[in-house]
Amino acid sequence: MGVRAVLLALLLGLFSAMGGYAWAGETGPSFPKATSTALGGSCVDDPATMRRHHFDFLKHQRDDTLRQGIRGAKYSLKECVSCHAQVKDGHAVPVNAPGQFCASCHEYAAVSVDCFSCHATTPQQPQQQAEAK
Amino acid sequence: MNHDTTRRDLLKAAAVGAVTIAPGLTLIAPAAQARALGQPASATNRWGLLIDTSKCDSGCTACVDACKTEMGLPALDRPATDAQYIRKVDVTDLKTGNQHSLPVMCQHCAHPPCVDVCPTGASMKRADGIVLVDRHICIGCRYCMMACPYKARSFAHEDQTDQKAVNPRGKGCVEGCTLCAHRIDAGGQPACVEACSKDGGAAMLFGDLNDPKSEISQRISKEATSRIRADLGVEPAIRYQGI
Repeated sequence: MGVRAVLLALLLGLFSAMGGYAWAGETGPSFPKATSTALGGSCVDDPATMRRHHFDFLKHQRDDTLRQGIRGAKYSLKECVSCHAQVKDGHAVPVNAPGQFCASCHEYAAVSVDCFSCHATTPQQPQQQAEAK
Repeated sequence: MNHDTTRRDLLKAAAVGAVTIAPGLTLIAPAAQARALGQPASATNRWGLLIDTSKCDSGCTACVDACKTEMGLPALDRPATDAQYIRKVDVTDLKTGNQHSLPVMCQHCAHPPCVDVCPTGASMKRADGIVLVDRHICIGCRYCMMACPYKARSFAHEDQTDQKAVNPRGKGCVEGCTLCAHRIDAGGQPACVEACSKDGGAAMLFGDLNDPKSEISQRISKEATSRIRADLGVEPAIRYQGI
């Protein structure tokens, strides 16, 4: 009994490990890479951390910024948008449009993203930013 | 010995700096200084406005237009529901016929009734006195709109598009003047004040009411100013002259 259980567990473990490796590249959503080189071509944190925790980072930051007025935080939705929005025909494509950076993963995971009912989905033009300052 | 010299040099440098800066710059220096990144807003500041209604022309809407552009407020031509953070009010003294025009926006009260009534804590006052709506937790009940004696807040009735990055806004939330907190944090002044000095009558002055050296503090200490509905005791940060 004990030996069979151990064997079964080993077998299942082997399958899942193989399956994991074999499918990882095929089943995940594909999404456009960041176009900006503002941060030297890398994100503010390593991709695995960002994938797992970006919502926590942003939720924490939004309260700090709005309620306490802390600016220039490491994580910010504005920065996500400014690096990850694609440019097509000279115009920025909204990050929540189908197939774009935010939408592709969120659609895949069936997690609705509410950020963009209020937040801008394309980076501000340099001219607008200059005006804002 | 060495230590003494250093201290004396420092004092000397400080004195020289104060003298050269004093005539023109000390008055506006606090407003023009951006807060360091990562630093929270501080209660050492109390941002406010002084509005001279004698310089405010009743036909001029420079401040209102600038606000709409800055904050990305669409003009849908539906006056009853269109968002307005600042509006022009024309008042007439019925006995004398004396007329005034003045801009009215969120008065950034020290004791804001909107914050008192908010059931979720979305209506809040920042440490530097700026009253804001945290739209992340606003449920759109509009108690604050009813509580505000200045009719300063608006409600977004419809889905919004093309928002400005500096002013995220969406359906189902209350919104209002932020005193352009994003500009103040970057060391600037509100868009309405800037537009008024450029295209209007230069009737608006922005500054730190907590800094006795600021131009606004100097002026309100010497000249007669008033606050709208001062009897309510909410202590607005917006002061008016000539009403």
